Amino acid sequence: MAFMTEYENGSSERSTKIRLKNVYKIFGEHPDDGLKLLRSGKSKADIHRETGCSIGVNNASFDIKAGEIFVIMGLSGCGKSTLLRLLNRLIEPTSGSIEIDGQDITNMSPKALIDLRRRDISMVFQSFALLPNRNVVNNAAFGLEVAGVGDVERKAKAMAALKAVGLEGYGESRPDELSGGMKQRVGLARALASEPSILLMDEAFSALDPLIRTEMQDELVRLQSERSRTIVFVSHDLDEAMRIGDRICIMQNGNVVQVGTPDEIVVNPANDYIRSFFRNVDVSQVFKAGDVARRNQITIIDRQGVSAAAALEQMKSRDREFAIIVGRDMKYHGMVSQTSLMEKIRSKAEDPYRKAFLADAAPIHAGEQLSGVLGQVAASAWPVPVVDDQHRYVGAISKSALLETLDRAN
Amino acid sequence: MSFDIGDGIDSAVNYILDNFSPALDLTAASIGFVTTGLQSGLLAIPMPVGIAIFALLALWRVSFGFAVFASLSLALVGQMGLWAAMMETLSLVIASTVIAMIVGLPLGVAMARRDSVAAVIRPALDLMQTMPAFVYLIPAAMFFGLGAVPGTIATVIFSMPPVVRLTNLGIRQVDLEFVEAGNAFGCTPTQLLLKVQLPNAMPSIMAGINQTIMLSLSMVVIASMIGAGGLGNTVLTGIQRLDVGTGFEGGLAVVILAVILDRLTQSLGKKGATWRLPFVKLAMRHPEAKTV
Repeated sequence: MAFMTEYENGSSERSTKIRLKNVYKIFGEHPDDGLKLLRSGKSKADIHRETGCSIGVNNASFDIKAGEIFVIMGLSGCGKSTLLRLLNRLIEPTSGSIEIDGQDITNMSPKALIDLRRRDISMVFQSFALLPNRNVVNNAAFGLEVAGVGDVERKAKAMAALKAVGLEGYGESRPDELSGGMKQRVGLARALASEPSILLMDEAFSALDPLIRTEMQDELVRLQSERSRTIVFVSHDLDEAMRIGDRICIMQNGNVVQVGTPDEIVVNPANDYIRSFFRNVDVSQVFKAGDVARRNQITIIDRQGVSAAAALEQMKSRDREFAIIVGRDMKYHGMVSQTSLMEKIRSKAEDPYRKAFLADAAPIHAGEQLSGVLGQVAASAWPVPVVDDQHRYVGAISKSALLETLDRAN
Repeated sequence: MSFDIGDGIDSAVNYILDNFSPALDLTAASIGFVTTGLQSGLLAIPMPVGIAIFALLALWRVSFGFAVFASLSLALVGQMGLWAAMMETLSLVIASTVIAMIVGLPLGVAMARRDSVAAVIRPALDLMQTMPAFVYLIPAAMFFGLGAVPGTIATVIFSMPPVVRLTNLGIRQVDLEFVEAGNAFGCTPTQLLLKVQLPNAMPSIMAGINQTIMLSLSMVVIASMIGAGGLGNTVLTGIQRLDVGTGFEGGLAVVILAVILDRLTQSLGKKGATWRLPFVKLAMRHPEAKTV
């Protein structure tokens, strides 16, 4: 029944794909002793002194939603890679439950676990982990091969996966003939070939140089837009987390300290540890134009029968100097000001709307980094309109909104 | 109170002789079948053809220069009249190496998989390697009589440790990320071994096999003392007659065989070499790949 109601709640709310409840991982000879002490509230140092155990993950509980990019972020040694490996049981949890599609994987039989790994979850590794004795296509086909998929089908799927990551024609190459970025594309193709619903990525782009890293992030977001999977992405890089994460989970010393959208984390950091991440962050690098755009400008729908005079009246009554003209499909048409409208009405021009468009009010794309449009907003005499991929009106950035955003960092 | 370890070993050997002779006979018969088969097979190859085969192998795996060296030095062995003896020795080396691999590889794999197995086997390997080689000859001769069979068995015992050790080491040294990748994509333990661990442990395993071949070559010469035959006989004759010339000729032939086998098997252990066809290295398929 729970499943039903989730469906009925509407399609905009994503369903839960992975659910962690009170998950602990304790390393050492006697993890149960360590667990007991940890639950009784002893400090990590005490537990280590008494039992020799160290704590990998301390009582993690959160949900990962279907189709989102969920970034687990933290400094090295904070337990983020351990947490990731608990999700496919490369590391066995000490206690707690991990549900995937409602099924608890912590008590799965070895056979069922192997099945799950072949069908539903695949993984991308920091240093690629491509098998050096196999060529690119056989690396990409590795998961299908161990799952017993026939030769012809396996090759076809591996080739398709390579094509999807832009490595068509490199099937016969050896891994050591490829550059780092290309190797990780093979790693990605290998993970995609079996069409899993979950992709685990362990610092997948950290070994790449910055330009290639950005390129691979874009590639991942593009692949995600083509076909949505649940991606759990481990990273120590805040910029990366902000760039690709739908939601971010921040870890500190094995504890999950905050889970939220990038905006929530920037605006309301849970503690000083998280705040310290942002101290050196250039906000204009974190935000995109679409994040800052506000819909507080008047929009006038451009259709026959609405006179320019009526529009002008509307602007005057609300005391607005500017208005955005959009189509019925919310496509951006142009921007007018009271002055430009009045002039055109006075001169009795035909189609006063279109004639009144402010000539240099070029819209900005919502995906652009704020840093790239600072100059344009600062130089413009009016709020700069922002549009999305389909040229639909998203909002406008005024100078005051921009200043407020930039001020948040300090 | 005192007791005599030597007496204990004696009575153990006698006990085995009394109670397990059918099993011993069966072992002897099957090993004998392999060694005599190999021997007559190798001896059936005419010397020029044999030299040509070695030269071609050297050309493929090593280099042109080494092919020339192999042809000339093998011709020298023929000139000394030791070709047949060398083929006998080679057949013993091949037979004992194959048996050492059949027994040793699974042992190495078992050691790599379980620390408890490794803890038991490691001291046994130490014993096998440090015990003076001659000591193996006595029980081998008592159990299996004289000839090629006990020679092969003594050789197997003496030469097996490196392949076991280096198989174990090779598998343990496989990059953890490769093993994780294998597991993450749903390998069963057997698939993990065959598709991830063994291929990546190959250079180490090949080094072990190379060492095993070298050790078996040295042991085969010693085993001539219990009638194993081959080049060892020539050396033994030289010693018995104080004939320096004959002894030196036999020794030289052993060295030549050792150098050729060493270089050939080492070339198999080189990274990736085992999996490539000859001359494929010359044709880089995507020369632009590195710059992209």
